[in-house]
Amino acid sequence: MEQILDQLPIVLKALNIGFLQTLKLFFVTLIGAFPLGLIIAFGSMSRFRPLSYFTKFIVWIVRGTPLMIQLLIIYYFPGLVLHNPIWGGGETGRFLAASVSFILNYACYFSEIYRGGIQGVPIGQEEAGLVLGMTKGQIFFKITLLQMIKRIVPPMSNEIITLVKDTSLARIIALQEIIWAGQAFMKGSQGISGAIWPMFFTAFYYLLWNGVLTVLLGRLEKKLDYFK
Amino acid sequence: MPILEVEHIRKYFDRTEVLKDISFSLEKGQVVSIIGSSGSGKTTLLRCLNFLERPDKGIIRVNGETLFDADDPKTQQESEIRKKRLHFGLVFQSFHLFPQYTALQNVMLAKELLAKELPNYKTERKKIHAEIEIQASELLDQMGLGDRMGNYPHQLSGGQCQRVAIARALALSPDILCFDEPTSALDPELTGEVLKVMKELAEKNTTMVIVTHEMAFARDVANHVIFMDDGHILEQGDPIEVFEHPKEERTRQFLARFTQG
Repeated sequence: MEQILDQLPIVLKALNIGFLQTLKLFFVTLIGAFPLGLIIAFGSMSRFRPLSYFTKFIVWIVRGTPLMIQLLIIYYFPGLVLHNPIWGGGETGRFLAASVSFILNYACYFSEIYRGGIQGVPIGQEEAGLVLGMTKGQIFFKITLLQMIKRIVPPMSNEIITLVKDTSLARIIALQEIIWAGQAFMKGSQGISGAIWPMFFTAFYYLLWNGVLTVLLGRLEKKLDYFK
Repeated sequence: MPILEVEHIRKYFDRTEVLKDISFSLEKGQVVSIIGSSGSGKTTLLRCLNFLERPDKGIIRVNGETLFDADDPKTQQESEIRKKRLHFGLVFQSFHLFPQYTALQNVMLAKELLAKELPNYKTERKKIHAEIEIQASELLDQMGLGDRMGNYPHQLSGGQCQRVAIARALALSPDILCFDEPTSALDPELTGEVLKVMKELAEKNTTMVIVTHEMAFARDVANHVIFMDDGHILEQGDPIEVFEHPKEERTRQFLARFTQG
């Protein structure tokens, strides 16, 4: 116990740095996957058959395989198979590869949530907009979008909370996120080795951050309660 | 010249013909009621007028201008259809108000979006916005909803919602206002308030096409009645004529159900 107290400042500092990388991956994924998911949703709803089949095929592949494998393929495939290591070897390269994998993966999940949300808005809303002379774009942004957002907040919250924990998968390509930072003390780092507790301790970071997100998303849901 | 001319409209859903050679015309300021049993094609006809459905055959003219001709692809361009819709307003059976906007915002929205296309929009934005707001609140006042402007649709009764929907349609000053069974989704005691504002509109010579099951309203308010059956116009004419002395046996049967209550 005393030993742990001695190690605590060093460990916390390392975990904080790792968690910063975790948060960076989290936000970059959301920023990329929110709009990309919408584009994929429109693709899969397209009346142009080849486009909708193609998007549904991509969504099937991405949702049907483990994110961990996708990370490995996206990170190693260009270098090992194409002999063109586009990501480079450093932390920046690993972060880029992880971002691309996560954005693509989460965009596919989001697209299905968006699709459900858009199709859940009654067709009468669009027709009412049409007979009032609105364009398709105006109907989407002024009428459908907010009603869709209201519908998708609960399932989206679920995905967002899952994303927080999924960022740990980036450990597989040695991205220096919080799991990587905790694990370092098992192998030996900054004079501490064979310590398992820092790994366990990372759970509090996830828990805390998910607590914050749950409160924020709950508030958003409440804010949208002003209409039915 | 009639304000609306509908000539030989036919519409198929897959292979089922739901509108079979529909023709009628309407003078400015007149009210036509379309009656008939469910599935007779009344609603589809209204949807064709509002370009929510595309007829497979026939011509639609407003003020002599051909808005739609099934044989002329030039009249069917998407970009044009949006403008053509503005000749018509449509009040739906189940209102379709925009739930995230207040009554006032519901009435203002379309006009505000159209105003953005005006050449002087950028310079006179505030003035235009104020005008639209004044017009919208006058319309809601006229509908007896002066004290409900800030309410959201879920805070209003069905009858109030439908009156907001009527104001919303009127805000764009359509040449012809269409109603698709405007009271069918309402509690019986709320139909009166909606029929009352429709009657007031008729008295102000608003040109209207009304699909309805309210027979008394059709008889008393309309200038012209169309009885539809199985996609045909079976009988049309002066309301008193059609209601008191129907020529067709089918019309008699249909009306008998209502007069017997």
